[in-house]
Amino acid sequence: MSETLHIDRIRCDGHGICAELLPELIRLDDWGYPIIKAGTIPPNLIEHARRAVDACPVLALRLVSMTAVTPNR
Amino acid sequence: MELIPLAAGAESLAAHRQRLGPLPTLPSGQLIAELEASGLLGRGGGGFPVGRKWRAVAERSSGGTVVLANGAEGEPLSLKDRSLMAGRPHLVIDGALLAARAVGADNIIFYVGVEHRAAEAALRHALAERTADLRGHARIATAPAGYVSGEESAAVHFVSAGDARPTTTPPRPFERGVGGRPTLVQNVESLAMAALIARRGHAWYQGLGYGRARGIGLLTVSGAVNHAGVREVELGSTLGDAAAAAGGLKGDVGAVLLGGYFGGWADVEEQWGLPLDAHSMRARGLALGCGVVHFLPAHTCGVEASARIMTYLASQSARQCGPCVFGLAAIADASRRLAATSPLADDLERIVRWSGQLTGRGACRHPDGAVALLQSALQIFADDFAAHQRRRCLTISEPARVAVA
Repeated sequence: MSETLHIDRIRCDGHGICAELLPELIRLDDWGYPIIKAGTIPPNLIEHARRAVDACPVLALRLVSMTAVTPNR
Repeated sequence: MELIPLAAGAESLAAHRQRLGPLPTLPSGQLIAELEASGLLGRGGGGFPVGRKWRAVAERSSGGTVVLANGAEGEPLSLKDRSLMAGRPHLVIDGALLAARAVGADNIIFYVGVEHRAAEAALRHALAERTADLRGHARIATAPAGYVSGEESAAVHFVSAGDARPTTTPPRPFERGVGGRPTLVQNVESLAMAALIARRGHAWYQGLGYGRARGIGLLTVSGAVNHAGVREVELGSTLGDAAAAAGGLKGDVGAVLLGGYFGGWADVEEQWGLPLDAHSMRARGLALGCGVVHFLPAHTCGVEASARIMTYLASQSARQCGPCVFGLAAIADASRRLAATSPLADDLERIVRWSGQLTGRGACRHPDGAVALLQSALQIFADDFAAHQRRRCLTISEPARVAVA
């Protein structure tokens, strides 16, 4: 199953732990907020991604399975 | 004119009925099919197909859904929604009633900007004339001032919890909206158009428009024109047609802001023949958005005008998401320094980099819209930005005329 990283942008406070644990997919912008590499998570990084999700102090990061496209506005 | 009344003031129920006849009573499935066949796209800015949106809500409905008629119109250069509500309130109400029947809603909320007094008064009076149709299922909610108040999750959040800040999606309003119920959030112009299509059929709508574009729509034309204001046009009318509808250009004009503050700058000469409709504009990397057309006088500096807009948009962040709060503020600061021809050594380089970093990084699309505007400014006013970084302005400058709140 393909999975992606999803950030709740309202919860995220820019602690930056995710970027430390998963630098392959997450880097920080000039203000310390994560920029996630687009696309699904390569299988070899899934475990690291789980660890980053678990480490987020505000529970803003999660793994989501790819879902169908929905109407926006 | 279908959407703009010929006489001043709000159209009465009697005049409305005389002009258009009674509200049609199509079965829900048939009405949605008509809207889908018409090709009507939403007019709040996103341009999502109206019929498909109604279907999405109808499919989730087991009764008890909500229709939120969105007339918050936070866009400073747009006047069309408030004008429509003030002039033809019954057409908007018709659209909301049809939407409610189509999606199985028993609750209609008209969400109107707090500063749109004439629109609210007209709608309130019109609702009082329609008590038989509405049977107590409709009310007005006053949207607080602010650019993001009209964003659909913000609108739902305000009606549900009194807080007009966007929420994290999914779930989107059509899945879980007001009070946790599936909610159709639809711009008031889209609702008015739906009410016309319900009466006249999709073929009528398909018969209007130029080129490949279909239908009619409202524009707000402003800036360097002789008669600024709201104009009803057939979609696919050109930029030149829009200028002509506003009495022609006043003086020399270099650039035009299309689609509002979430739209983008374009070169007037290059785009004079641009058809104003969602598809044609998207094909050229532009957006019709909420129908704003603002001509910038040639003697106004594009860097200055863009810096004012970026400053306004930064001030309008709901201040919930870091990239939006800090990113837009930093962009606004650097833009202002550039506009004042006193930039830091790398201000231009930094706003170019930041403009590529904020898209998709907020709960709502406020940062996306803001950097889209900035990217268009960096392209259209490229020479000006470069000159400002060298502490020079290429324009014999008067203060920028882009109105900001």
